[in-house]
Amino acid sequence: MDVNKDFIPDFPGDIYKDDTGKTNFIVTSVDSIANWARSNSLWPLSFGTSCCAIELMSTVSAKYDWSRFGFEVMRASPRQCDLIIVAGTITYKMAPVLKRLYNQMPEPRYVIAMGACAISGGPFFYNSYSVVKGVDNIIPVDVYIPGCPPRPEALIHGMMTLQNKIKNSKAYVIENPKKEENE
Amino acid sequence: MENNNNIPIDDLTEEFVVNIGPQHPSTHGVLRLQATLDGETIKDLLPVLGYIHRGIEKMTESLGYKQSIYLTSRMDYLSAHINNQACSLAIEKGMQIEVPERAKAIRIIMAELQRLTSHELWWGSCAMDLGAVTPFFLAFRDRERILDIFEGNTGNRLTMNYITPGGVMFDVLPNFASSIKELLVKVKEHLKEYEELITGNVIFQHRLKGVGILPRELAISMGCTGPVARASGISCDVRKYHPYDGYDKLDFKEIVIDGCDSWARYKVRMEEMKQSIHIIEQLIHNIPEGEFRAKVKGVIKLPVGEYYQRVETARGELGVYIVSDGGNKPYRMKFRAASFSNLGALKPITVGAKIGDLMASMATIDLVIPDIDR
Repeated sequence: MDVNKDFIPDFPGDIYKDDTGKTNFIVTSVDSIANWARSNSLWPLSFGTSCCAIELMSTVSAKYDWSRFGFEVMRASPRQCDLIIVAGTITYKMAPVLKRLYNQMPEPRYVIAMGACAISGGPFFYNSYSVVKGVDNIIPVDVYIPGCPPRPEALIHGMMTLQNKIKNSKAYVIENPKKEENE
Repeated sequence: MENNNNIPIDDLTEEFVVNIGPQHPSTHGVLRLQATLDGETIKDLLPVLGYIHRGIEKMTESLGYKQSIYLTSRMDYLSAHINNQACSLAIEKGMQIEVPERAKAIRIIMAELQRLTSHELWWGSCAMDLGAVTPFFLAFRDRERILDIFEGNTGNRLTMNYITPGGVMFDVLPNFASSIKELLVKVKEHLKEYEELITGNVIFQHRLKGVGILPRELAISMGCTGPVARASGISCDVRKYHPYDGYDKLDFKEIVIDGCDSWARYKVRMEEMKQSIHIIEQLIHNIPEGEFRAKVKGVIKLPVGEYYQRVETARGELGVYIVSDGGNKPYRMKFRAASFSNLGALKPITVGAKIGDLMASMATIDLVIPDIDR
């Protein structure tokens, strides 16, 4: 029995042929195969509040085309999403809505803070009376992407960083319990 | 519908409140619409604002004049150049400085390119709201080309902060004119493609014609400006009536269509794109040589007084009102945003219509929510 490496190039595990020459069984761990599947089919929520949402739209569309990485299934309902990209400023009025959207997402769920406003309240709006000083005060954030707004390349890099993070995590064990959720 | 009990049908139905937004893909941001529905008919519509209120006007009071311009880019981010221009012009009015001719030409080219990007994005998202996905990708294809020019010359793709009091931040690249000439050839070709794909599409026309009728009187009383008002037959182009930065020397038409419906608003924007190209073509062949920025002090202080400047953004009239107490910070800076006034027209044009037409009306009004909330 031979190991068939060319079948799926980035498959996390060994694929074996049987006597007939066809692929018949694989040797891998649950973690790696689940994470492999999860990281390559992230479904983002179409959530954007301000300027960063336009760069998010740029990333979706023709030139940058993030469907090359398997992110293209933008969903309008949080029930169908794995990932929420917080693109834009979150104000105190919007914060409960974002929290609810996050809570409505099925596990495992990931958060990307896109842009300075989502990271820390913004390059300018930090001093404003109505802006949340960083979205990580409300929901746990996995990847931070700096910029005002970040370039589409930066967003794609952030998404690939998230993919790596997912690939290196335990699929069915939550190692570090996420932050205590207080409404 | 058969009604055996002789009860009027109106008594059988029940009103139902649906919250559209703040997280809804068709509201283009975080606008919330509280729609009272009776079946599919909209009985009442209440826009709820403030989900992206960032306190920009208040923040300008603690920032200097130059710093305030950076905030204006984040208001109507699809017209960032034009917002910067409005704020700069108001400050220049107070400082009484003359902007060099070269800077004026660059400003107008940038502003018109910005209008093109904004209208292209609107075209894509308008078609997407009505169920067509392809136009979105086509629109972004052209938009990215223009953004490349912005990025090369200003250093940023979306929030440029390029236009400053006294002129522009940096001089343009040596290949500025040639790159725009190349761009315009492509954009013109693609505009024809847009017309073939969407404008001539019968399904699309049926979704827009006779939908969201905004009569002339109503548009005036709601304070609508920009393409929304011009589609109701109101001639209100600030570039014509209060020319700034040398728009009076240019030859362009103000597009006024007396159709009053969503289709007219669509047509106005499509024609405006052609006019923007026409304006750029007049300037690009002879950008004056010379300084790109007049000499301006590091810390700007305006004399005591009130200054008002209006410009035409892609969405309508933007007014910047500065009250100065003589210090290095504005005493009060007020922005008259076009989207806020245009939003006022949404309720009267949608009440009584079907909920499916709400999206068509909203798409053609072309709201930018951070411009409403500021």
